[in-house]
Amino acid sequence: MNKECCCENEKIEKLNKVIEEYINVEGALIPVLHEAQEIFGYLPMAVQKQIADGLNISLAEVYGVVTFYSAFTIYPKGQYQINVCLGTACYVKGANDILDQFKKILKVEVGQNTEDHKFSLNACRCVGACGLAPVVTVNEDVYGKLVADDVKGILEKYKD
Amino acid sequence: MSKVNITIDGIKMQVPSDYSVLEAAKEMGVDIPTLCYLKGINEIGACRMCLVEIKQARGLQASCVYPVSEGLDIITNSEAIRKARKATLELILSNHDRSCLTCDRNNSCELQAISDKLNIRELKYEGEKTSYLLDDISHSIVRDNNKCILCRRCISMCKNIQTVGVIDATERGFHSNISSPFDLSLGEVPCISCGQCINVCPVGALREKDDTAHVWEAINDKTKHVVVQTAPAVRVAIGEEFGFPIGTGCTKNMVGALRRLGFDKVFDTDTAADLTIMEEGTELLQRIQNGGKLPLITSCSPGWITFCEYNFPDFLENLSTCKSPQQMFGAILKSYYAKKAGIDPKDMVVVSIMPCTAKKSECKRHEMGLDGIADVDYVLTTRELAKMIKEAGIDFKNVSSEHYDDPMGDASGAGVIFGATGGVMEAAIRTVYEIVTGDALEDLNVTAVRGIEGIKEAEVVIGDLVLKAAVASGTGNARKLMEMVQSGEKEYHFIEIMACPGGCVNGGGQPIQPSSVRSKIDLRAERAKAIYSEDMRLSLRKSHENETVKKMYAEFLGEPCGHMSHELLHTHYTAKEKYPMK
Ligand code: SF4
Ligand code: SF4
Ligand code: SF4
Ligand code: FES
Repeated sequence: MNKECCCENEKIEKLNKVIEEYINVEGALIPVLHEAQEIFGYLPMAVQKQIADGLNISLAEVYGVVTFYSAFTIYPKGQYQINVCLGTACYVKGANDILDQFKKILKVEVGQNTEDHKFSLNACRCVGACGLAPVVTVNEDVYGKLVADDVKGILEKYKD
Repeated sequence: MSKVNITIDGIKMQVPSDYSVLEAAKEMGVDIPTLCYLKGINEIGACRMCLVEIKQARGLQASCVYPVSEGLDIITNSEAIRKARKATLELILSNHDRSCLTCDRNNSCELQAISDKLNIRELKYEGEKTSYLLDDISHSIVRDNNKCILCRRCISMCKNIQTVGVIDATERGFHSNISSPFDLSLGEVPCISCGQCINVCPVGALREKDDTAHVWEAINDKTKHVVVQTAPAVRVAIGEEFGFPIGTGCTKNMVGALRRLGFDKVFDTDTAADLTIMEEGTELLQRIQNGGKLPLITSCSPGWITFCEYNFPDFLENLSTCKSPQQMFGAILKSYYAKKAGIDPKDMVVVSIMPCTAKKSECKRHEMGLDGIADVDYVLTTRELAKMIKEAGIDFKNVSSEHYDDPMGDASGAGVIFGATGGVMEAAIRTVYEIVTGDALEDLNVTAVRGIEGIKEAEVVIGDLVLKAAVASGTGNARKLMEMVQSGEKEYHFIEIMACPGGCVNGGGQPIQPSSVRSKIDLRAERAKAIYSEDMRLSLRKSHENETVKKMYAEFLGEPCGHMSHELLHTHYTAKEKYPMK
């Protein structure tokens, strides 16, 4: 709990720094929104409020821009949560290669959403399925004993 | 202003060089159709209704945003232009909820008018339609996005003129719509309920919360004593709904019509305006003499009060604790008058006719009552009153001219001018001057605080005191003024603020005039003229000489700002957080 809190505060601080940088720049809103989404993963009301207050524009205007561009999302996570286990067992069996493969195909970093908000890529601690290492979960589905080449096939299943 | 030579439809003319093609054409008597354009407020070229051909440019151009220049050659009427305008309009209509017969703006709608003008008789594209829920949570404003044509006038008004900015364009393409952030209702955002967005909307997408049914019900209930009060600005605008020229004072017809509607008593809010001056004037003198919080800022405008609560919470103590005149009057009617007339306040219904939508929300504030009895039960706008008069089949033009009822019949010219920006200040000066100096004020017309400028200043010598005063109307101007006070750049004793540009005469509940009329006539100025001529016609022009008010103090209230006044006529304010996180 505490840890999360502190993390949140760090993010808010980070965003404040971004806003300060842009405060007198014309057309600041869009770049600030991009950076905010990098920091928070999405743009909830609290973040949009911080930006509106910081740049001295109305929340309605910020929200209007956020909903105009499909690159921005007000939702916390993508539709499919991909968790790549980086626990010791998985790590030893090459989980990193699998993570890299996801990054490459989805063109995102860990903690980010794909542009269409379909996938969120996360790295997680041991999920307790070490027998299946290396393990990946996509929402409720569990995939085990993976190699990097399997990644494409997994994503294919959620392509509809 | 330098002039340029241009040609419109083959006719040469000279026009000021800062004109748009649209303005130039208008001057020549060519009526180019427009939808999004609203002079001085929304000149953004969004709807492309006003297309013209310009020899020097390729393609058709939006004339409302095309500046004139030397030698410009313009065609306003050709087959191509007519076709293009029609196609644009048909596209708008194809995604419009065309329920004119039951629409609030039936007969006063710019979209309806333009469809007629462009001779639209059938619609070729019947496409998919977007469908939105009605937003009717606010006590004042109702939004029906199914009627919205995305002209953005309301956004310009709310964001640029009022600097409130609680609505904006969201989403895009087919799903574009005007809304508040996170799809919140106007009742859940820092909207000040000023209704200025309603007055600029060309269609029926914005309207006030309709309270006429409640009022009819009260009138029909024989066990209720239903009294009505009318604000100063209503009388100089209601005539517009019945074919009188803009700026016609119609006090007596209005009183006659109100009686025909079945109200038991018809009173004038101006009486309470005089009472307000007694209370607020006393408050001002007390603060000056006792080193109280200055500047004192007026509190008659509930839109301004809400704006202050959201945006300038540090100044809440500067606000006069006086309730607005309608609320004061409600409180007096349910106490003093009820006692005098031998009526149980529980059996009394007080209806206010106001030029204002914010007053609908104000009367619902829990501070505005005593022992669970609200000061004012229902607020109707000028427009709603006109609707009731029409519904009842009353011939407003020929209805008998009548006077307000006793025992509250007296009202001064000082009360009347509350309806225009600067009026409260002028009324206060008339009274404070005479109370302090004991001399009669030589010229009662304090012209320095009159006129439609957004911010006005005046210095008035009152005995040993040089009273520094400022007046602002429109919350954008109020924001500017307050920022100057906040930074210490300006210092005043007394500030009057009205939320609506031009004051109550241009309130959000007043008759709506289309863009074409607003391009030619300044509603604020014309209606204000009628207010000041009403003041001139009256022999009683100072609040402190109002016999009804004097009697009220002698028989009931005691002295201004005394114990009884505080109980009934004063209130308090609370800082409000914008978009509180749940
Ligand atoms: S907004 Fe105008 S065109 Fe639309 S339904 Fe109402 S009256 Fe008819
Ligand atoms: S009522 Fe006033 S504050 Fe509210 S949305 Fe309309 S213009 Fe903005
Ligand atoms: S609500 Fe009215 S003023 Fe606002 S964009 Fe829609 S049509 Fe225009
Ligand atoms: S673009 Fe000119 S009136 Fe809309």
